[in-house]
Amino acid sequence: MNFWDYLGTRHQQLLTDAFQHASAVFQCMVVATVIGVVIGVFTYRSEWAGSLATTTTSTILTIPSLAMIGLLIPIVGLGVAPTVIALTLYGLLPIVRNSIVGLRGVDPSLVDAAKGIGMSRTARLFRVELPLAWPPILTGIRVSTQMLMGIAAIAAYASGPGLGNEIFRGIGSLGSKNALNQVLAGTLGIVVLALLFDAAYVLIGRLTIPRGIRA
Amino acid sequence: MSETATSGTSGTSATAAPAGGAGSATATGATIELEDLTKRYPGSPNPAVDDVNMEIKAGELVIFVGPSGCGKSTTLKMINRLIEPTSGRIRIGGEDVTDMDPVKLRRKVGYAIQSSGLFPHMTVAQNIALVPKLVGWSKSRIKDRVEEMLDLVGLDPGEFRGRYPRQLSGGQQQRVGVARALAADPPVLLMDEPFGAVDPITRDHLQDELIRLQHELHKTIVFVTHDFDEAIKLGDRIAVLRERSHIAQFDTPEAILTNPADDFVSGFVGAGAALKRLNLTRVRDVEVRDYPTVTVDDPLQDIFNKLRHGHTNEILLLDKRHRPYKWLRRGDLMRARGSLARAGTLVHDTVTRDATLRDALEAVLTDNAGRVAVTGRRGAYEGVVDMETLMNSVHELLEADRLDALEHQHDLEEQRAEQTHRAQEGADATGEERA
Ligand SMILES: Nc1ncnc2c1ncn2[C@@H]1O[C@H](COP(=O)(O)OP(=O)(O)OP(=O)(O)O)[C@@H](O)[C@H]1O
Ligand SMILES: [Mg+2]
Repeated sequence: MNFWDYLGTRHQQLLTDAFQHASAVFQCMVVATVIGVVIGVFTYRSEWAGSLATTTTSTILTIPSLAMIGLLIPIVGLGVAPTVIALTLYGLLPIVRNSIVGLRGVDPSLVDAAKGIGMSRTARLFRVELPLAWPPILTGIRVSTQMLMGIAAIAAYASGPGLGNEIFRGIGSLGSKNALNQVLAGTLGIVVLALLFDAAYVLIGRLTIPRGIRA
Repeated sequence: MSETATSGTSGTSATAAPAGGAGSATATGATIELEDLTKRYPGSPNPAVDDVNMEIKAGELVIFVGPSGCGKSTTLKMINRLIEPTSGRIRIGGEDVTDMDPVKLRRKVGYAIQSSGLFPHMTVAQNIALVPKLVGWSKSRIKDRVEEMLDLVGLDPGEFRGRYPRQLSGGQQQRVGVARALAADPPVLLMDEPFGAVDPITRDHLQDELIRLQHELHKTIVFVTHDFDEAIKLGDRIAVLRERSHIAQFDTPEAILTNPADDFVSGFVGAGAALKRLNLTRVRDVEVRDYPTVTVDDPLQDIFNKLRHGHTNEILLLDKRHRPYKWLRRGDLMRARGSLARAGTLVHDTVTRDATLRDALEAVLTDNAGRVAVTGRRGAYEGVVDMETLMNSVHELLEADRLDALEHQHDLEEQRAEQTHRAQEGADATGEERA
């Protein structure tokens, strides 16, 4: 059976897997974005808190994903839980780092002006600092998403959802006639999803970055 | 001085008035008192601002001028508590604001800075609307206010409302910055080198604009600069500051120019005090001469007659809207065979009654016949100023200044004599304790 026939017969399963893959990544990204930006907001003002946040999140990233999931299984069990936790943790670094860099990069004279015209600290954060830091934060989110697309495949190891299942089935039955097709379908599916997400981010950028600061 | 100025600008204020007619009575200035104000930055042995005492009257435009690092900005930012004073009190309009909620305080104190400080992600209208929104004005009132403020700073609302700051020139950004600072109608306006980053010509325009604005609004303005010429041009009073914000002299520009308190101040005044004095007097304060004029609509024969029988050998030709157009000499028309289009020399430069004598002198010096036409509303002809008028005025001014200075010195000496007298008496009474 060639690859196209394989896709033809298995498209139902593949679509389900792809949908679950995308859905897992998307939900973890939402959580990671919220947590990452909050960490950024609380740490960017202080030199050491900022470095602590960046160092911690980058240390998490150095843990091999398979090991991370392996370590999580005894604690939270199999299935969705270890997947979500691992993905969220991995997704943090680029967002935390870009939030801190973005918030610190806001022109101090603008912050001075915002204070000077009587904006409260909250108003300053939501009306001035975060909007101005948004382009780098969005870049961080984009990088995170790309990364999570690949890492999510490993989730199948913990019986998680997604296209990883396809790949693992293929690897598990290497030598059988569909093995290569399975690995190929899973991998290409992930690549296509990543491209679709990226396109979505371009659109989100267009819609959410104010015209005055768009590059 | 400000009285004559106000009546003189009635023309300009009338053009900006329609927006002001929206029924919003504008708040005029409030007094500012600084009492023993001191700022010590952590980690530096000397205070950046050391025990400053100053009283600024309501509606006054006061300039802080002094060398870089002398503490001008620090002093200014303590007034709206962007920098918290280490000790001392600040009173605005008699109310002690030293312990007030700083956010509330700042909404009553306009603030404009060098880089304009406009938020690049907001449109011009959104930037101006910020403070009114913060203090809870209604949508429609804010909308009207934005238009009014844009009108006030000389920008067409239709054209500029929706623009982003990066789509404006530096001078326009600065105008919007001032509009934003004034939007919620604060009685006090703080400006930290607001025109420091624009080219000299634009700066000149912005300064003129600020003078006009202040004639309309009568805010209390504290303005920081290190350009002494700017200080002279704008200030009702100038505080010359030396290191740690010590006040070297706090007086009117005239007094500082003619009677600097010490070497530090003279050093700051720099050379050419007489020339700088010209910046302090405006064309409206000197004699503007009538000049024989004709308009392009007059019959040629009348123009000929005027040229032939007038007491000058030159007349000024005005265009249809009475704006100076050409200088016509005897014979010019003859040479051009009766064609007004070809006869005479075009008027290159005119000055308004608001122009400084320095501007007028500049125009007169560059004119080959040594005179310049003075124009009023919409550039219409009002008279002519020439070298002779200027020379006479300058001599009178300097003479008057000298007399003032003498009187001032006399007063000071009397005061000093009285003080030493009293000190001596005191010393006699209380023995060494006083010494
Ligand atoms: N945040 C700060 N921490 C420590 N020292 C400061 C701080 N800000 C200003 N200073 C010091 O206080 C002094 C006064 O500074 P300030 O900014 O008020 O000067 P300035 O008169 O406005 O100068 P310029 O004309 O250059 O703007 C300077 O010696 C400066 O180094
Ligand atoms: Mg300064």
